[in-house]
Amino acid sequence: MKASILRFVLKRIALGLLTLFIVSLLIFAVTQALPSDPAEAILGREATPEALEALRADFGLDKPIVVQYTNWLSGVLTGDLGTSYATSTPVGEYIGPRVGASFFLLLIAAVGSIPLSIVIGANAALHRDRKFDTTSSLVSLILAAMPEFVVGTILTIIFSTTIWQLLPAVTYLEVGAPPWSDIQGLTLPVLTLLIAVTPYVARVMRAAMVEVLESDYIEMARLKGMDERTVLWRHAMPNAVGPAFQVIALNLAYLAGGVIIVERLFNFPGIGSALADAVRSRDLPVIQFLALIIAAVYVLTNLLADIGTVLVTPRLRTRLK
Amino acid sequence: MGVKVSSASGLRIIDLRLNVAATGNDIVDGINLTIEKGRVLGLVGESGSGKTTVGLAVLSHARRGVEVAHGQIFCGDTEVLCLDSEARRKIRGGIVSYVPQDPASSLNPALRIGLQLTEVLEAHDFGGSTEARKARIKEMMAEVLLPGDDEYLERYPHQLSGGQQQRVGLAMAFACRPSVIVLDEPTTGLDVSTQEHVLKTIRKLTRDHGVAALYITHDLAVIADLADDVAVMYSGRVVEQGEVAEIFKNPAHPYTRHLVAAAPDIASKKSIIGLAGRAQSPGKRPVGCAFAARCELVEDACRVEFPKMVAIGGRQTAACIKATQVASVSVGSAKPVSARKVGEPVVELVSVSAGYSGNTVVHDVSLTIRKGECLALVGESGSGKTTVSRAIGGLHREWTGLIRLNGRELKTMARQRAVADRLAIQYVFQNPYGSLNPRRTVGDSIVRPLVIDGKSKDDARRAVLDVLDKVSLPGSYANKYPDQLSGGERQRIAIARALVSEPEVLVCDEVTSALDVLVQAAIVDLLGDLRRQLGLAMLFVTHNLPLVRSIADEVAVMSEGRIVEVGLSESVIGNPQQQYTQSLISATPSIERSMR
Repeated sequence: MKASILRFVLKRIALGLLTLFIVSLLIFAVTQALPSDPAEAILGREATPEALEALRADFGLDKPIVVQYTNWLSGVLTGDLGTSYATSTPVGEYIGPRVGASFFLLLIAAVGSIPLSIVIGANAALHRDRKFDTTSSLVSLILAAMPEFVVGTILTIIFSTTIWQLLPAVTYLEVGAPPWSDIQGLTLPVLTLLIAVTPYVARVMRAAMVEVLESDYIEMARLKGMDERTVLWRHAMPNAVGPAFQVIALNLAYLAGGVIIVERLFNFPGIGSALADAVRSRDLPVIQFLALIIAAVYVLTNLLADIGTVLVTPRLRTRLK
Repeated sequence: MGVKVSSASGLRIIDLRLNVAATGNDIVDGINLTIEKGRVLGLVGESGSGKTTVGLAVLSHARRGVEVAHGQIFCGDTEVLCLDSEARRKIRGGIVSYVPQDPASSLNPALRIGLQLTEVLEAHDFGGSTEARKARIKEMMAEVLLPGDDEYLERYPHQLSGGQQQRVGLAMAFACRPSVIVLDEPTTGLDVSTQEHVLKTIRKLTRDHGVAALYITHDLAVIADLADDVAVMYSGRVVEQGEVAEIFKNPAHPYTRHLVAAAPDIASKKSIIGLAGRAQSPGKRPVGCAFAARCELVEDACRVEFPKMVAIGGRQTAACIKATQVASVSVGSAKPVSARKVGEPVVELVSVSAGYSGNTVVHDVSLTIRKGECLALVGESGSGKTTVSRAIGGLHREWTGLIRLNGRELKTMARQRAVADRLAIQYVFQNPYGSLNPRRTVGDSIVRPLVIDGKSKDDARRAVLDVLDKVSLPGSYANKYPDQLSGGERQRIAIARALVSEPEVLVCDEVTSALDVLVQAAIVDLLGDLRRQLGLAMLFVTHNLPLVRSIADEVAVMSEGRIVEVGLSESVIGNPQQQYTQSLISATPSIERSMR
């Protein structure tokens, strides 16, 4: 039993790594192989051909594309991420703290939104067609329909500019400082991300829960004298979270991309702003690494969701060999 | 427990009425039932008659959209309908428990069976300690003949067979020693041998522990086998009740009489007789006796008010103003059985084996289906009977051997076969709710094969009207959508669709198993007529052994993918030679056998 689960997890991890390898090929193809010249982007149009040539040689851009790729991949695997073209600092040193800050933002949004959406969805299902359900459905639909930059702007108007001046409109966070050192500045970005994810997951949770609550085994649980709390948490929840896991995973992965806009809006020093800067200056090593990180978040959240679904579904778990 | 043990009465339902909450229309009304301790009352009726609604009310439960209008229900001394929610929770599973229809969907798939058993005991403070509860579970598991060791209790429901799941359901129901138990079709969907074991367990537990049991079913033979008393429901009312022997030997309500006449019986050669029409749903029910529209004894007085219960004698009562005259009237007449002429072989199977992704599930099956005759293919679930029928219909990919149609060898899949061969073999599916496209009128569904065949519009239209007539439906039905039809009507449409391409062979796969007994009898009757008039060769696949005598000339019994016995229906069912067939037949409940 235990060994079978371990084998399943290892297999999924291997598949995830394979996915990342293919993604790395694609990333490399669309960045390095495309006819865009970082040397020219850095030195400007007036640069002499000799200077451009020298810079390309410096970056290794004059080598065959396969060699460039293997050099890059072996670098990534050994932790040598190359040097940022634009800032001339090692990519790891430049990006590392920003990745940490963004992950922190993402983690808080996830830790907040998952239980929140489960509780809202479950309660809406339990009080189906009553006030809580209709209100939460309407509100979540409105919130889900708004893009996060609109949500962020509205939050800024409410909490930091026009109505109340409670919170700073931008984050004053030094790069490299721990993200929790500016709790106030963190509040609005986290809130924006929460609002971006929670309504949708809550709606999915409600749908899954409504279906479960209509099932024969829930009626049976009531008919054998279980109290409502046991019915909800012991009998209904394990059957409803399985389907919700997949949606939560997709949403968190989406957040990894969505975080870019939110970070820009609040001037948060994370991967979002770094990526935007890097694209502008054709900073290939940074772009490639960030793209790989975002892809890894997708792979990882989906991996966790698949494993989670199997773990909470005995029918799937016992089938593992 | 039991401060004051009341005399003999386990369950009393007094003047119970439940409504559709939104409209106030009655779902059931005027229900009065008494079940003494240690006795089983069988509640019979067709789907929609309100049996389950009554059963759930005994646990003080009404489904979404249903509400109790008035009435009282006493489980022992406790009136259950007036309880507050905490008291209600206490009695459920405590003094009154429920065994649901489908054990597979009623056990929680995410929880181990041990936990699902333990929590009932915990919720009712049964047994003072964890050890005492463990001991009680072991005891209960032993009573339902299941192992009670830790390994077994740690299993999840999907790791048990259907019969084992239902025994767990029974163990759960009896765990807290209830005084009343409601069993809602607990053996529907189980094979006969499994059903026999479950029924035995129910009988033993109710007798041994003095439990009053309400057993809900549509299967009269099960009632005859198991119950002490019967109540017959029609359109939300109890129309007749009494002791089992009284009701089955001398049914006093015309509806009961029709039910008995329509029920096939393994122990008799009787032909089954159906009845046209159907019961109306709540809100559309007529004033007076709801059965009046279908009754041959109807008179004006029947339509004025619901008839009072008339005492027939003994404990038998019936809600019919002509109850005393019913016995003198015969319900339709059975068609004379013509002497059997052995027809030409139309379909021959020679050493057919079939499987799924490499696993062979059908071994070396050889069969002959003859012109104008019906061959019944019977067996328990998983015996391979449907796989054989699908191979004949060209719906199964993995089979070897030979299938011949009029001497010509057939290709594996329907789409590889010649158009004429495809048209010659038509398939009717089990579930008429799933086999008709809900977005097409039934006329469009029927006409489809003709359109593919390139017939003109007029010809096609005439053909549709013709087949509708053959299945005894008016031509106006061509413009209806499937959801406007009853189950029986849908199955007639499915048959009409098969007939429209003028087939030589009709493969009927469990075509009556989703239907009520009166409708089943009518469909069987229709299939018999069609076979005689059109000279159809028919393969009738079923798990319902009693039905075989009523429909088939020959029968082949399948078990574990092999034909174990084949021969004339009369001799195979009446005098089975193989041990397997004998055990199947003795496990099948029978009214006749029970009444002897």
